[in-house]
Amino acid sequence: MDYATLLQVLDSTVRLATPLLLACLAGLFSERAGIFDIGLEGKMLMAAMLSAAVAYVSGSVWLGLLAGVGASMLLAALHGLASITFRGNQLISGVAINFLAAGLSVLIAQDWFSQGGRTPSLMAGARFEPITLPFADAMAGVPVIGPVYQQLISGHTLPVYLAFLCVPLTWWVLYRTRFGLRLRAVGENPAAVDTAGISVVGLRYAAVMICGLLCGIAGAYLATALQAGFIKDMTAGRGYIALAALIFAKWRPWYALGACLLFGFLQAIALRFQSIDLGGITIPVQVMDALPYILTVVILAGFVGRAIPPRAGGEPYVKER
Amino acid sequence: MTPAIELQGISKAFGPVQANKDIALKVLPGTIHGIIGENGAGKSTLMSILYGFYRADAGEIRIHGTPVTLNDSQAAIAAGIGMVFQHFKLVENFSVLENVILGAEDGRLLRPSLAKARKELRALAHDYGLNVDPDACIEDLGVGFQQRVEILKALYRKADILILDEPTGVLTPAEADQLFRILRRLRDEGKTIILITHKLREIMEITDTVSVMRRGEMTATLPTAQTNPEDLAQRMVGRKVLLRVDKAPAQPGATVLEINGLCLRDATGVARLKSVSLTVRAGEILGIAGVAGNGQSELLQVLGGMRPAQGQMRLNGKPVDIASPRADARTRRALGIGHVPEDRQREGLIMQFSAWENSVFGYHHDSGWQRYGLMQNAAIRDAATAQMHRFDVRPPNPALEARHFSGGNQQKLVVAREIERRPDLLLIGQPTRGVDIGAIEFIHQQIMALRDQGTAILLVSVELDEILSLSDRIAVMFDGQIMGERPATDTDERELGLLMAGVAPAGGA
Repeated sequence: MDYATLLQVLDSTVRLATPLLLACLAGLFSERAGIFDIGLEGKMLMAAMLSAAVAYVSGSVWLGLLAGVGASMLLAALHGLASITFRGNQLISGVAINFLAAGLSVLIAQDWFSQGGRTPSLMAGARFEPITLPFADAMAGVPVIGPVYQQLISGHTLPVYLAFLCVPLTWWVLYRTRFGLRLRAVGENPAAVDTAGISVVGLRYAAVMICGLLCGIAGAYLATALQAGFIKDMTAGRGYIALAALIFAKWRPWYALGACLLFGFLQAIALRFQSIDLGGITIPVQVMDALPYILTVVILAGFVGRAIPPRAGGEPYVKER
Repeated sequence: MTPAIELQGISKAFGPVQANKDIALKVLPGTIHGIIGENGAGKSTLMSILYGFYRADAGEIRIHGTPVTLNDSQAAIAAGIGMVFQHFKLVENFSVLENVILGAEDGRLLRPSLAKARKELRALAHDYGLNVDPDACIEDLGVGFQQRVEILKALYRKADILILDEPTGVLTPAEADQLFRILRRLRDEGKTIILITHKLREIMEITDTVSVMRRGEMTATLPTAQTNPEDLAQRMVGRKVLLRVDKAPAQPGATVLEINGLCLRDATGVARLKSVSLTVRAGEILGIAGVAGNGQSELLQVLGGMRPAQGQMRLNGKPVDIASPRADARTRRALGIGHVPEDRQREGLIMQFSAWENSVFGYHHDSGWQRYGLMQNAAIRDAATAQMHRFDVRPPNPALEARHFSGGNQQKLVVAREIERRPDLLLIGQPTRGVDIGAIEFIHQQIMALRDQGTAILLVSVELDEILSLSDRIAVMFDGQIMGERPATDTDERELGLLMAGVAPAGGA
């Protein structure tokens, strides 16, 4: 693999890690507050469909983003209603959201555009355009770091930069602000938060809505930046991979970045090297495509060591007498 | 003087249950006021109303003469009320400092709040002798220190009325003494303290005034100096209660249980039992004293067959397999070992199952209860009904789910099941934890009766009073080892307290 290929792979790593990272941080907020969210996938999918549809109709990527985020937050509110207000089972609620989104997204797209459940291809203006950072082209000639700056750091779409900025931001919110302290506390021991006179319900809704917001951006990115339109099941399990990355990262923001880059890298490898020839044995493309998913299983099966989830995770809070 | 707290006509009902009925109470500032009563007497409900968890159906609360409405904890905190719950409300993986500021931060950013709290804690430590490392993680602190953090939390929020709910349940006698020293100091500085407890001795030791609650009503409020434990017990239960167990001298027979060099490591490799050796003879009670978490629970679990361990165990002279995975609770029961586990709700009963189903668990393989794998439900139900009458379980309804019984009646269900099998050896853990005085008396009598019939009994309890009044011999466990063994007649609380704290007695043993 030469330098140019490596850069290409790393460049697509960044692109592919972006939706994972956004979804992973989304899950981080929710789960740190004690609400397990298996419905990242569904929220992303719904956001992808609606953002592509609205961006196509209006011609504005911003309206598309807004619609996608709105759809995702609506589903997040539904999850909140089921698991916080009605104290239902969080896994079941999440699974229901995934099913709902999988069906509904295709159904709506088909009803509106009659193109077999996809949305029409998006033209310029209805997509996020790559941003060329200052001096990117000027620096291209500088050996080694020039191409890194020009290809790897510059030339991504807005959500990519946003996603990577979210990592330090999430860290700062979690560990340096009052909201973060309370958020972490409510996922560990909601009774402590309750007796301190803070609303457990309010905090958890806030966390779930942040989760919806980030999932919405992730979904919109898929349909309006990474691709040019929505296709059926286009999230392709990214919500679950993000969950795996979250566990791998032990619910910590910087580790989440590392985990998502790793999974993104695997996807990039699979995309770039469709079949690998290992001296007579050809690894078929299907194996390469399956690699990120296989790694997910391997990592979850024990590579993580002891990942301790937030202690109150998954349990509805009931005030004791 | 204006009372710090004044309650008038407080009533609260949960459905048909009247938890608090027309409660009136006055507590003067700078005093320690005890509230005593059985489980379900309404103490906790009353305190929850004072802390804003529940809203009273009727009545008035005045704090320092000002009427207040306490709709939530925030309002209670603002009124200067702090609460130390029985089960600490701490975030275990947070530092002391973070726990103290949680909910009382000064702004959106943490740094200034943390700095201020650090200074404040130093001042509080100096004023009241409440020393805790502000950067320590809660899960690394002992319970005594965790409790201090709870008190600090309240003081940091400028509480001048402090409510403590059963604060000594988890403490060693020495830690309890220390807590009382702190409480006295707080009182002398003008704080008002309400102490909820079921331990008569504590009421007598530390309170200035005491109120007794029974069935949702405040039946008496009087200066502590004008009452005594017997009087308080009678007011709590509504009849005369024997506080001391009537005990004839033990007539020990042959050795029933003999363990030698029992060792156990937990999943993380920490040694929980370090070469424990004990004997228990027929017709005697060996009490195991110790602060919770020093290996007593593990000892019971190993003997009861709930987890394998290394070492030797003999029952009636015959070796018992304790190491192989086949050695389980069922084989132990078959050998004649009854077990009343420490946690009745998790290990003793299945809470969602009815009383009659619970009455045969562990023995449900016996031929009387099943035939060819089919449960003999009618027979079980009849037996359970009779058993519930013999043990005065209330209500005597075998179809009721276990979770609907009070703590004392749940415990009676478990004790009845194990005792009525006439075991050779009875393992019994925390027989009266969370049990009313009336039921305690009954359960203690049953245990004594079993001893007098020649059963060997191994009693584990964190209540030193219980150990002292029931046992014939007392062994103290500390850090997985037996620190020492004493005849019950030849020791006292002080000596046992030292052993419980891991201090080896000079010239003893």
